[in-house]
Amino acid sequence: MPNFSELSVGDVVASKTFDLTRDSLVRYAGASGDFNPIHYRDDIAQSVGLPGVLAHGMLTMGLAVQPLIDWVQDSARVLDYGVRFTKPVVVPASGVATLTVTATIAQLDEESNKARVDLTCSFEENNVLGKAQVWVQL
Amino acid sequence: MVNPEIQGKRYPRTPAYQVGREKVREFARAVFSSKESFDLDYALSLGHKDLVVPPTFPVVIQEQSLKLVLEDPESQIDFSRVVHGDQRFKFERPIVAGDVLTSELNVASVKSLGGNHMVSFETEIFDEGNQLVCTAFSTLVVRGA
Repeated sequence: MPNFSELSVGDVVASKTFDLTRDSLVRYAGASGDFNPIHYRDDIAQSVGLPGVLAHGMLTMGLAVQPLIDWVQDSARVLDYGVRFTKPVVVPASGVATLTVTATIAQLDEESNKARVDLTCSFEENNVLGKAQVWVQL
Repeated sequence: MVNPEIQGKRYPRTPAYQVGREKVREFARAVFSSKESFDLDYALSLGHKDLVVPPTFPVVIQEQSLKLVLEDPESQIDFSRVVHGDQRFKFERPIVAGDVLTSELNVASVKSLGGNHMVSFETEIFDEGNQLVCTAFSTLVVRGA
């Protein structure tokens, strides 16, 4: 468990890369119940004007918070988590789409031992999540 | 296209959804979780009643409420033109396997922006004792034709 008194705004507390494949999207579709075919069918993705099969935004949001949870060691410590979906993540039929997540302390509330941690999630040098903020109880 | 008249509309409570332990594990694997959401002994050692869901799991419950909106002829939302704009979950307490949850959605706002429509929803998720456990905020962008 991180020691609150040793933290400072700007500290990078976690970072990790994730390789998404089509298998990852099918697995997430099954687990979440979101079977929109733009997440597994190239022909349908193209027919609605998308650059290719896209990862579910909620998959990106879901994995982006995991390095932070590994750091606090308990998902129950997440009090509030919000993101904007700013760019699509195109996942090729073969090969991977690599996402790089970084979690940085943005605000510390000493009275309640809570921290706001801002996440970045980059794909091909674009940040695919905007205003990705998590409040955690430390 | 979205009917602006649905702003403020409240949709009925969804049927009870029981959070299953294996469902939590399946969802946790899909979002690349580490042990917190798999390992029951670990969850119990932290003082939880059962496995704690990953923070984005309430989307499964929110989805049940959103389905009511998309199926509502009054909303006039064309699902094939919908893109997820933003999402937020605010927890009152952690959700654990075994919880029996229902949800109630209201349409917080409908806005037009550059030919697109943005619809924002607030979905309150309640436990069996009718206590609020989580509020899910979601904006869908409906792309103009």
